[in-house]
Amino acid sequence: MSDVYIIGAGIHPFGRTDHRSGREQGVYAVRQALADAGLGWDQIGCAYGGSAASGAADIMVNELGLTGLPFINVANGCATGGSALASAQYAVASGAFDLALATGFDKHDRGAFNADPRSYGLPDWYGQTGMMLTTQFFALKIQRYMQLHGISRVTLGRVAEKAFRNGARTDHAWRRSEVDLETILAAPMINDPLTKYMFCSPAEGGVALILASGKKMRELGADGVRIAQIAVRTRPPDSFEVFQPAISVTEGGKPTVLAAKAAFEGAGIGPEDVDIAQLQDTESGAEIMHMAENGFCRDGDQEAWLAEGRTEIGGKLPVNTDGGCLACGEPIGASGLRQVYENVQQLRGRAGVRQVPGTPRIAYSHVYGAPGLAAVAILER
Amino acid sequence: MTALAPIARGLWTDEAEPRLIGGRLASGVIVFPMPEGDAAAGVEPWPLQRKGSLWSFTSQDFRPKPPYAGPGEGPHDFQPYLVGYVELPGEVIVESLIVEAALADLRIGMAMELVIVRFNAQHTTFAFRPETPA
Repeated sequence: MSDVYIIGAGIHPFGRTDHRSGREQGVYAVRQALADAGLGWDQIGCAYGGSAASGAADIMVNELGLTGLPFINVANGCATGGSALASAQYAVASGAFDLALATGFDKHDRGAFNADPRSYGLPDWYGQTGMMLTTQFFALKIQRYMQLHGISRVTLGRVAEKAFRNGARTDHAWRRSEVDLETILAAPMINDPLTKYMFCSPAEGGVALILASGKKMRELGADGVRIAQIAVRTRPPDSFEVFQPAISVTEGGKPTVLAAKAAFEGAGIGPEDVDIAQLQDTESGAEIMHMAENGFCRDGDQEAWLAEGRTEIGGKLPVNTDGGCLACGEPIGASGLRQVYENVQQLRGRAGVRQVPGTPRIAYSHVYGAPGLAAVAILER
Repeated sequence: MTALAPIARGLWTDEAEPRLIGGRLASGVIVFPMPEGDAAAGVEPWPLQRKGSLWSFTSQDFRPKPPYAGPGEGPHDFQPYLVGYVELPGEVIVESLIVEAALADLRIGMAMELVIVRFNAQHTTFAFRPETPA
């Protein structure tokens, strides 16, 4: 397997864009990524992409051009982007293609996601009685975690405060105004202990990344970032995941822990080597728990980390430098690739007013989604 | 309540003090609910204990989208409710509505017991409530 580089990155601003469909936002991102890499669409060898609610990605060839390339649709829930990236990487690493596209886009209705129980293999009563909500799962998970590991409500608030502070500095973010801690903590409760400002919202957006072999990158003279390792893992036995009418009395493993371990081992580095991290923050508690599950701190240390600002831009380990899901919203198909886009920009020193100081060299991204899967990508400059 | 039907058949036992019906796998592991269809092969229906302890909890402060079928017509008359996981020792940790309690009353580890309650105009469902001292 040979090294694979990301040589082009494009994004359609997240949030609400009434005049563009989800797929059109994806096409916008692809064109930007091609321009970034200095390539034409006819040079791309293969493509992987998907959306959760905006249709099949391969229809993009209508707009981008009928070059005859193989375009594979990816449908993997919150990990759609991560899976598209992993597939594109395999395609280039195997030597089958020199240039590949990974893309994701989406456009969701307003309000919390609703899920069809049957499509998750669950009985109708689970949805009818009001227990099949992603927001509840995250609240139930952090509620217990807070009690076991001494995390305060103020720390939940600090995560959201940081997200909006970073979002205010980010062109592609949706929420671009800072919100103070008091407002966040006093806001209407959604699912205790999480208030309105501590949850991300379904949104719209598109992201595209162009992957190249090392040989192709050098030939083009492109500005690339190496993919050190990608790992995607589904849940192990006895784990606690979203959409479970019951969980085991035996405490099991976690897909994020497994994906993180595999990614670090494959990259030959450890959490201490990471300069910047994008961690799934569908709500404040998720960022806190994912800091530990990915190996960056011990359970409970987050209380001090947040109080001391260690995850701020300029801190020891900047986390969610573009405001994450909290400030960008969550278009499911695009969200995981947004994290990688942000890491590519940071490693290339192109993140503008939100640029992490000190020339970051290793960047980490992590997504988690139903029905219990995680994807991690480690990039290296 | 005589006109109300259970939200689903086979979810709890029909006895004076109803019990949720889980399943016991060949390995001895207890699951809930009892699997259906092909997945039920080799699984023994297993009435669960009625009492356990609160494992985690939260409130639901906005009206879920369909298929939620709770009481009321829309956001204007939505009644927030409580949800939690209750650990039935040695068996399984069950997600459930929590009734007869306020959010401020709830503590992880507190004793809970099963109760069948009115859910909407047509149906009953299962819930847990803080166990009242005998």
